[in-house]
Amino acid sequence: MAEINLVEAVNLALAHELARDEAVVLLGEDIGANGGVFRATAGLQQRFGAGRVVDTPLAETAIVGTAIGMAAMGLRPVAEIQFSGFLYPAIDHLVNHAARLRNRTRGRLACPLVVRTPCGGGIHAPEHHSESPEAMLAHTPGLRVVMPSSPARAYGLLLAAIRDPDPVMFLEPTRMYRLFRQEVADDGEALPLDVCFTLRGGTDLTLVSWGAMLHETQAAADALAAEGISAEVIDVATLKPLDLPTILESVTRTGRCVIVHEAARTAGLGAEIAASLAEEGLYSLLAPVQRVTGYDTVMPLSRLEYQYLPSVERIVAAARKTLEAS
Amino acid sequence: MSTVARFQIDHVRFLDPQGEALGPLPDFAHDPARLIPMYRAMYLTRSFDAKAIALQRTGKLGTFASALGQEAIGVGVASAMRPEDALFPSYREHAAQLVRGVRIEESLRYWGGDERGSDFAEARHDFPNCVPIGTQVCHAAGAAYAFRLRGEARAAVCFLGDGGSSKGDFYEGLNFAAVWKAPLLIVLSNNQWAISVPRSTQSATATLAQKAIAAGVEGVQVDGNDLVAVHHVAREALAKARAGGGPTLIEAVTYRLGDHTTADDASRYRDPAVVQEQWSFEPLTRLRNHLVKLGAWGPEKEEALARECAETVNAAVEAYLSTPPPTTAAMFEHLFATLPAALAAQRDEALRFAPRTAGGQPGGDHG
Repeated sequence: MAEINLVEAVNLALAHELARDEAVVLLGEDIGANGGVFRATAGLQQRFGAGRVVDTPLAETAIVGTAIGMAAMGLRPVAEIQFSGFLYPAIDHLVNHAARLRNRTRGRLACPLVVRTPCGGGIHAPEHHSESPEAMLAHTPGLRVVMPSSPARAYGLLLAAIRDPDPVMFLEPTRMYRLFRQEVADDGEALPLDVCFTLRGGTDLTLVSWGAMLHETQAAADALAAEGISAEVIDVATLKPLDLPTILESVTRTGRCVIVHEAARTAGLGAEIAASLAEEGLYSLLAPVQRVTGYDTVMPLSRLEYQYLPSVERIVAAARKTLEAS
Repeated sequence: MSTVARFQIDHVRFLDPQGEALGPLPDFAHDPARLIPMYRAMYLTRSFDAKAIALQRTGKLGTFASALGQEAIGVGVASAMRPEDALFPSYREHAAQLVRGVRIEESLRYWGGDERGSDFAEARHDFPNCVPIGTQVCHAAGAAYAFRLRGEARAAVCFLGDGGSSKGDFYEGLNFAAVWKAPLLIVLSNNQWAISVPRSTQSATATLAQKAIAAGVEGVQVDGNDLVAVHHVAREALAKARAGGGPTLIEAVTYRLGDHTTADDASRYRDPAVVQEQWSFEPLTRLRNHLVKLGAWGPEKEEALARECAETVNAAVEAYLSTPPPTTAAMFEHLFATLPAALAAQRDEALRFAPRTAGGQPGGDHG
């Protein structure tokens, strides 16, 4: 079993599904001969042909729009948007069509589509290459929104996304593409969608996060452990629909919760989780729920991006605040 | 300096507005057995249209988009399609939909505010009406790609309007289909109006058909009120698509004789005298005159057809009005293949408050 990084795990999952199901097709910009700008599709066009790994013209609206037509006619398209900052021209198709084709036709037509797109900052990328659009997508009824945080979860969740009969937005945190390696078996075993993963158990507080921020969140849990504070860490993984029971069960035990995300604060998914905890778990809380998020600013260019991204120190400070509250 | 490209756009018309042949006609245009079903479909479309507007005016239907004057385009194109082809309509193409087997009561359910109207009993793989303008061109291009990839002799056919030709989706879908040599027919129903904006404001091009040229696609303009011309060019384009010849753009020139929708009053922005003048070009009279010249039509047949269409439409209206209201749970039933656990509580909340809100009235109370 090989140790691979997250982008290699994406490649492995795509190759597995292309080999398993001839209805699977990939389409996007530079995904063929070039293997994608992050090499997520490296070698796949050579292996599966230009008919199934399709270099498209440069037009995001039509990448998603044509993928919807393919999906409705029996293919299993996996569309790549090169960076999530270029996803916005396709929002019309995602919101008005992909998300509601099944509902509009009472199940007569469906849209088993995956849109993969790199997201988040921290790789010193140019303008518009460091977006965190998950809340915008999660607000859309009919869309699933998934973000992996490790090579193994990238592999298992991408298999599940491709096999799912409905549209899935698969957001890949660029900062994690090559952050670490992990043993991943190419066994075709999907991980479940719609559930959170508890990455470490704890008793004093619950840290909830997703995507690349789990790197800082885990480091914060380590720092707290060094002080004798036991933090449970939850990877939300599927951001919509939300597995509230897992988060609620944890917070009911610990009484304290810090939610960490890279996206801007206002109307972010942290607000949704905090509101749900207030509705369902208020009497179990020993302290107000805290959010550590990106600011409500434009994502800065690379010189300031680490001032924008939530730091281990900010997470630890928020954790202390919950511990000092009672 | 040298010329590196030049183009021309042909205009196709076989019958003049009085139904006189302008030259040799295609074979099918001599055959009443081929023409009469298309005349019937045009007549049925117009009967349905008039009834739908009457239902809206009496509060029994929601906002409705009439196809008055454009019947030859939908009928001429859809009659050239095979059942296994796929239709990607705008929201004004019930002429094509009726030919495809969409039932009048289904269309009424849709315009009456019920998603079940898009669950067609026939035409199972045709897309539902598309309201976001021009987006269906991309869907059709993707469908055509799927057909080509699997080696199927099927074609995707999409309709949009002159306004839709200004959207990026139109250009992007056309371009993708061209690069893919996908079996796609794009029918641009140029009815001269995008709500209140006239064709002259929509585009500076001499024709809309020439927009195909920039994508490397064959573009042809046709008299959209001449059923014979529309059907002829659609047959050729679909034969080409199935033979691997790639996409075609047909600009069908017509005129929107009605308002944009029942929520619109076109007298605010266009001269009724011009509309009156356009009635002399409308497609039903033209085809009827041709049928009369063939000796295949007369007043008795016309009366019988009028009766038959009225009965068909009335029966559909009965079926529509007697449709049980949708259940509250229906909002949740087809959101996903399987309702996620997180949504079950919301469904239960909706059901708790259901007695007050279930079903609504057909058509609702909007304008």
